[in-house]
Amino acid sequence: MAELTLTGARKSFGTINVLHGIDLAVKDGEFIVFVGPSGCGKSTLLRVIAGLENVTSGEVHIDGERVTHLPASERGLAMVFQSYALYPHMSVAKNMAFALENMGLKPAEIEARVARAAAMLRLTDYLDRKPKALSGGQRQRVAIGRAIVRDPKIFLFDEPLSNLDAELRVATRKELAALHAKLGGTMIYVTHDQVEAMTLADRIVVLNAGRIEQVGTPLELYNRPSNAFVAGFIGSPRMNFLPAVVMSDDGTLRLSVGEREVALPRAASGLVAGANVTLGIRPEHIDVAPDNGMLAATVDLVEQLGGETFIYASAPGLPQITLREDGQSQFYRGDAIAIRFAVDHLHIFDATTGAALARP
Amino acid sequence: MSDIPSATRPQRGLANGALAWLGGVAVLPVGGALRLLDPPMRGMQRVIGARRMAYVFLLPNFVFFGLFVFLPIGINVVFSLTGGTALFPSQRPYVGAEQFTYLFDCGSYLDPASCREDHFWRGVANTVKFIVFQVTAMVLFSLVTALVLNKKIRGRGFFRAVYFFPVLLSPVVVALIWKWILQRDGLLNAAITTLGGQKILFFVDPSWAMFWAVFVSVWAHMGFYTLILLAGLQAIPADLYEAAEMDATPRWRVLIRITLPLLWPNMIVVIVLALIKGAQTFDEVFVLTGGGPGTATLMVVQYIYETAFSSQVQNFGLAAAASVVLGVVLFVLTLLQFAAARRKEV
Amino acid sequence: MATTRLSSLLGQRRNGQGRPLHWTDVAAYVYLALGVVLMFGPVLWLVMSSFKTESALLEFPPSALPFAQVEVTVPGQPQKLPLFRVTLPDGTVRQLAQVRRIGLVAQMVDPANPSQQFRVAIDKREPVRHIALATENYSEPLQRFAFLRFLSNSVFVTLVATLITLLINSMAAYGLAVYQFPGKQVATIAVIGTLMIPMTIILVPVYLVVTELGLTNSLWAVILPGAATPTGVFLLRQYMLTLPKDLIEAARMDKASEWQIYWRIVMPLTLPALAVLAIFSIMWRWNEFLWPLAVLTKTEVYTLQIALNAFQGELQTQWHYLLAMTVVTLIPVALVFVFLQRFITTGIGSTGMK
Ligand SMILES: Nc1ncnc2c1ncn2[C@@H]1O[C@H](COP(=O)(O)OP(=O)(O)OP(=O)(O)O)[C@@H](O)[C@H]1O
Ligand SMILES: [Mg+2]
Repeated sequence: MAELTLTGARKSFGTINVLHGIDLAVKDGEFIVFVGPSGCGKSTLLRVIAGLENVTSGEVHIDGERVTHLPASERGLAMVFQSYALYPHMSVAKNMAFALENMGLKPAEIEARVARAAAMLRLTDYLDRKPKALSGGQRQRVAIGRAIVRDPKIFLFDEPLSNLDAELRVATRKELAALHAKLGGTMIYVTHDQVEAMTLADRIVVLNAGRIEQVGTPLELYNRPSNAFVAGFIGSPRMNFLPAVVMSDDGTLRLSVGEREVALPRAASGLVAGANVTLGIRPEHIDVAPDNGMLAATVDLVEQLGGETFIYASAPGLPQITLREDGQSQFYRGDAIAIRFAVDHLHIFDATTGAALARP
Repeated sequence: MSDIPSATRPQRGLANGALAWLGGVAVLPVGGALRLLDPPMRGMQRVIGARRMAYVFLLPNFVFFGLFVFLPIGINVVFSLTGGTALFPSQRPYVGAEQFTYLFDCGSYLDPASCREDHFWRGVANTVKFIVFQVTAMVLFSLVTALVLNKKIRGRGFFRAVYFFPVLLSPVVVALIWKWILQRDGLLNAAITTLGGQKILFFVDPSWAMFWAVFVSVWAHMGFYTLILLAGLQAIPADLYEAAEMDATPRWRVLIRITLPLLWPNMIVVIVLALIKGAQTFDEVFVLTGGGPGTATLMVVQYIYETAFSSQVQNFGLAAAASVVLGVVLFVLTLLQFAAARRKEV
Repeated sequence: MATTRLSSLLGQRRNGQGRPLHWTDVAAYVYLALGVVLMFGPVLWLVMSSFKTESALLEFPPSALPFAQVEVTVPGQPQKLPLFRVTLPDGTVRQLAQVRRIGLVAQMVDPANPSQQFRVAIDKREPVRHIALATENYSEPLQRFAFLRFLSNSVFVTLVATLITLLINSMAAYGLAVYQFPGKQVATIAVIGTLMIPMTIILVPVYLVVTELGLTNSLWAVILPGAATPTGVFLLRQYMLTLPKDLIEAARMDKASEWQIYWRIVMPLTLPALAVLAIFSIMWRWNEFLWPLAVLTKTEVYTLQIALNAFQGELQTQWHYLLAMTVVTLIPVALVFVFLQRFITTGIGSTGMK
């Protein structure tokens, strides 16, 4: 259990800069999730924290102590690898005991700790098996067990669920949440699955191209994304982005979207007439409204999931728009529909920088 | 067709398991030493840091390399440029390229008798002759054997083993086995006389001696080259043959148009490897014929060995000069091999 | 009937589908049968010959099996006498023991009735023989020559050299496979470069180094120079490169020291490759010839191969001992082969090394 501070952490491999100055403070007992697209540097950041990579510049502190140049074996952290990295020639028990032996604990203590972790993870019956003889979910639990027995300062997870099938992934996700509630340790978790991020995190760190885009609780990121990247990344299906031009800002804000004008009830500051902006609206905030539609569109594709329906529609002069409807839908490809935005949930971003401009 | 991979897969697992077990037995005595080294190595790591431990791991091997490979390469050059009979380089007077000019002092390179160091040139001539015959025979026989073994015949594993096992025999044993058969009252002469022929003194006739030197060397090593070619044959995708069968291609055309072209990279490897090993030929021939009759089967390596170690005057300089020459030839051959291996990867 | 059954048996594909026998299949079997005779025959001949008595070895034409003449004790004769089957002038055939031979006539006696003597022309008698294994070919060299000494020298060289090779080669391979460090490129090239330098061409200077180290005429002179094999480093490195990097990092996270990662994680996982190297090292060392021949000049430190070579030079006529010792020399190899044939052949097939 510990807190972690990164200040100006940069990492480059030769001439490739992967991390461009990361500042982050993780509080004691917090569950932090790093999300971001593939190749944005999540794993690299985690490995920098672990000590498996050295920062090129910047500092790493754990519990106020500077560990920037300490090797991984002396930082007292535990990591669960995406591949699990179980030692194939050792039994489950040996896998868990290995680190404890290296710490020089007494055999009795080692056995007690392994037994406790195994009980917690329902692995007691498998202690003598080799990893090869375990299912994917069991292997995953051994990997977690190997971290738990250590009682480490911080748990690090690098996409630990990505090798599991969908059902197991949901189950294990819940177990991890329960585990965090029980152990209360500081956990840092890397994923590119935003559902995992939303459900597990106390706070989410959104990374993009080696930079932090936003740090906040899951709902903060959902409700008040600080830029178009975060807005697009959090939420599924993706937020719709529509190019718009500010018509006027005299009390009410009027935007031209495609061939229509949309009037927004409340004014937002910092918008001048004629400016190009991007309008952001999530699929769940768009409705089909036969009577008072804002926009006429044609249905391109309907995805019926039973409990909900995704409708992909196109309006002249605009990119394809995704709508989410509760329940099942009566629409078919080629139908003409009128759609309506829930104006309270509109986001406005600078068309060039992507920064959030106004939250109506 | 599809049964073959599935049949070999469990075997491979078994083989790997058994190999691991064997390795375990081999490493067991080392294991204790490794454990004992734990505390000092930990201390070392604390002092120099984890990343620099790489050097600690490389050190022993490279001390050996240094002492017995790199240093000797340097000394060899020194030897070849100095004269006298002393073994220690600093006591040897510098003579420049004299050893080489002596070695290369020939009336005609095609006639060893016209050379001052005629034994060296006889060795060269014999080795070249040996290589030409041996590599040709080797490639031919190992190709035929590999083709035969690649057929779906019963007892393939057994036959492969039969052709392979002489590879493991020591050259001395190989030579003695054949010497015993080829001697004056040996098995072969018995066979010849029962068929009504005359006994042949194989090791008194220069041509026979060379023939048997080549024969025995092919006998001993063809299993190795057969395996390389067999691996190449088995890497040819089965669907090519199936496609050819669908097209009703005659067997000889399949062989000439599909099998041999696809096997060509392996053939090159075999040829070059056989060349390199051929140039280094010593032990089998030495035990079989002693280089005789006369100098009829004296090879370059035997010349080097005898010049340095068993002649009246141990002439290290001349031996070193000859090995520098041999080394250059082998180097060129090895470059060929690397080029061939690269082509194979493409 | 029998032939059709045979041909249908031979013609069967491995997966059991019937297929007519093509003439190439027949040719293949003939070729293989010849191969068996040519490859196995000489070794078999060696083994059979090694059990023949000295006199049986001198016979021409040689018999296939190790026969020895029957000898009998005859009352009144100090020594055992050889037994012959004799055709007497009256046409009867009797078994008589030969007392002595004078020119073309042999003086013989009936073992059952020693007082009765015969004079027989030597072309009228034939030795009575039985199959007998001349085990003294094996037991006598053990006493007469320092044969056990050579054997133990060879065993010592083979085992110690193989252990050293496994240890230092695996350490170097681990260093090259797992770490990034300045000079790694150079070290790797140095290893691959030495792959192609045969002992043959640095014979003289290695001899100098060994002399300077004071090792001449010691077994260490044979063991040490070849201990760091570039082939071994290369083979093990290639294998270690296939181990997941995560495993090593996981061990680091688990507070293992680098040395522990080497011997507790990487070595156990490299066992198949180590076994291949062990087998090859054993073969190399057991069979090594040129270098020991150059560096060992005292009989006490001879290895089997050198001793064998020396014998065949010195004891040209004593083939009975030489053959027996040759058989002993090839026994370990034969054992290794019988048990490990599959691994060796697949090892060579996949690594192309020898
Ligand atoms: N050892 C290395 N040498 C050079 N470049 C590297 C190295 N490790 C990572 N990179 C580069 O750094 C970038 C970030 O890699 P990283 O593994 O951190 O991505 P990630 O966010 O974890 O992606 P993913 O979601 O696919 O796992 C990538 O462009 C990658 O190519
Ligand atoms: Mg990653």
